[in-house]
Amino acid sequence: MSAYLLYPGCSWDSSARAYALSTGAVCRELGLELRQLEDWNCCGATEYLSVDTVPAYALISRNLALAARQQNGAKTLTAPCSLCYLNLSKADYYLEENPSLNEKVNRALEAGGMHYQPGTLEIRHLLDILLNDVGLDTIRRHVTRPLNGLRVAPYLGCLLSRPDYRQRFSHPDQPHELDLLLKALGADVVDYPLKTQCCGGHMTQIGPNTAYELLRRLLHGAEQYKAHLIATVCPMCQLNLDAYQHDVNRHFGTRFATPVLYFTQLMGLAFGLEPKALGIGLELVGAREALAHIGVETPPPAQAPQRGRRRKKKSEGLPMPSMPEDDQS
Amino acid sequence: MAHSPTPGDGLSLLEAVERKTPIPSRLEMCIQCGSCGGSCPSAADMEHTPRAIFALLRAGMDESVLHSNTPWICVSCYQCMVRCPQEIPITDIMYAIKNIAIQRGAAHKEEAAFSATFAEMVESYGRSFELGLATRYYLKHHPLRLPGMAPLGMGMLARRRMDLKPTRIKDVDGLRDILQAAREMEAAQ
Ligand code: SF4
Ligand code: SF4
Repeated sequence: MSAYLLYPGCSWDSSARAYALSTGAVCRELGLELRQLEDWNCCGATEYLSVDTVPAYALISRNLALAARQQNGAKTLTAPCSLCYLNLSKADYYLEENPSLNEKVNRALEAGGMHYQPGTLEIRHLLDILLNDVGLDTIRRHVTRPLNGLRVAPYLGCLLSRPDYRQRFSHPDQPHELDLLLKALGADVVDYPLKTQCCGGHMTQIGPNTAYELLRRLLHGAEQYKAHLIATVCPMCQLNLDAYQHDVNRHFGTRFATPVLYFTQLMGLAFGLEPKALGIGLELVGAREALAHIGVETPPPAQAPQRGRRRKKKSEGLPMPSMPEDDQS
Repeated sequence: MAHSPTPGDGLSLLEAVERKTPIPSRLEMCIQCGSCGGSCPSAADMEHTPRAIFALLRAGMDESVLHSNTPWICVSCYQCMVRCPQEIPITDIMYAIKNIAIQRGAAHKEEAAFSATFAEMVESYGRSFELGLATRYYLKHHPLRLPGMAPLGMGMLARRRMDLKPTRIKDVDGLRDILQAAREMEAAQ
């Protein structure tokens, strides 16, 4: 299969390490080559666009210019993070639509000895590549440990299917792509109505109360549908739902304990790969109990240097639940 | 076309927004149907719904718009944008309003500070750096929230999901030249 250029994004080797590990492992199994873009810079997330327009588009487009230069036969630039994916697609699309913006951005790029002709690259999310280029048949052939009995809420978040400049997804609110892929793995896919509702983005840091309410709705929805876990396609969504679940519980007095894994981790499990090689155990809300449903034994959680107390998921008691990773087991 | 307004250039906010939005803003096409506010997940925390913002903009009530928390509460979910019957690029307009509010010194301080800190990080390293961003932002603006963040931070560190040091790209000088040129272009005309 042809090589794809990978724009990993800033979280890839840190907060989304589980995504990076599992993507690497799954792509090796599938013989899919992802070549990492060299010297890429941050896409600016939502912050840079808030500060200034031309610099924000120049910041994003430097990556497009690098990718065009390093293409070497690869037409596709793939991003595993929804926000990176959106920003790269947005710049490519608006530069094409707005000649004046294109001219300014390219004059800025020139100051760094670069150039980008909009439309040169196809910018696609990793889910899109795995589903449409690798394909469900090939994926099914690699499944050796079907995820039967595992109830999964397929969660895409906002930015894959909205605004979807190049119309790559089936529906802005209820796209079925992730469902199809998870079903091919044998999972019991919950018809999760909140699948493209917002995780709060950077509001977990700037306006926590706004973000907590959005997260509460998502976690409540997953619980209502009796999902054992939530599958995500984006490091930002994963971070918010996983790392802030404890704060959401504290804020609302709830007891959510729903693990949030990357879809690539679930692919790896279904392919029979070692949980540890897929970054299972790096989640803050531990996935051990959930994965026991498919008979997968997970490595013991990394010890967080804080008070530890064993507490069952549903136990009655103090209104402030401790997270599963507090377990010292 | 699309030139950028500077603080004293006398443009109305509506004109300034139109020029900042990367595709035609189509604000004159808004039929005030309210689909945007109705689909907005964070509207409850907004001082004005997006619909109201557009009504204020067209009525020339610039100060109300510039000081509204609305664009800062917007989570960029694009729900409104895919529902708007008039194809108004609402999310991009929210970004434009934020840009102008910052330029005109009317921005919501905390939120703008977070964006500015983020931008500084990116300009120093070419990459974002979660730990540095969080500590610098919280130390400056919410020192009391820092201890509350500690368990989360420790959990992330224990799993090596948070870097202690930022990563710097090789051609950070080239990136700065690009951003500097872009800023000049933004301010020109
Ligand atoms: S949905 Fe569109 S037309 Fe309706 S009020 Fe909002 S911006 Fe105006
Ligand atoms: S993009 Fe912003 S304004 Fe539009 S629905 Fe989402 S949060 Fe509301």
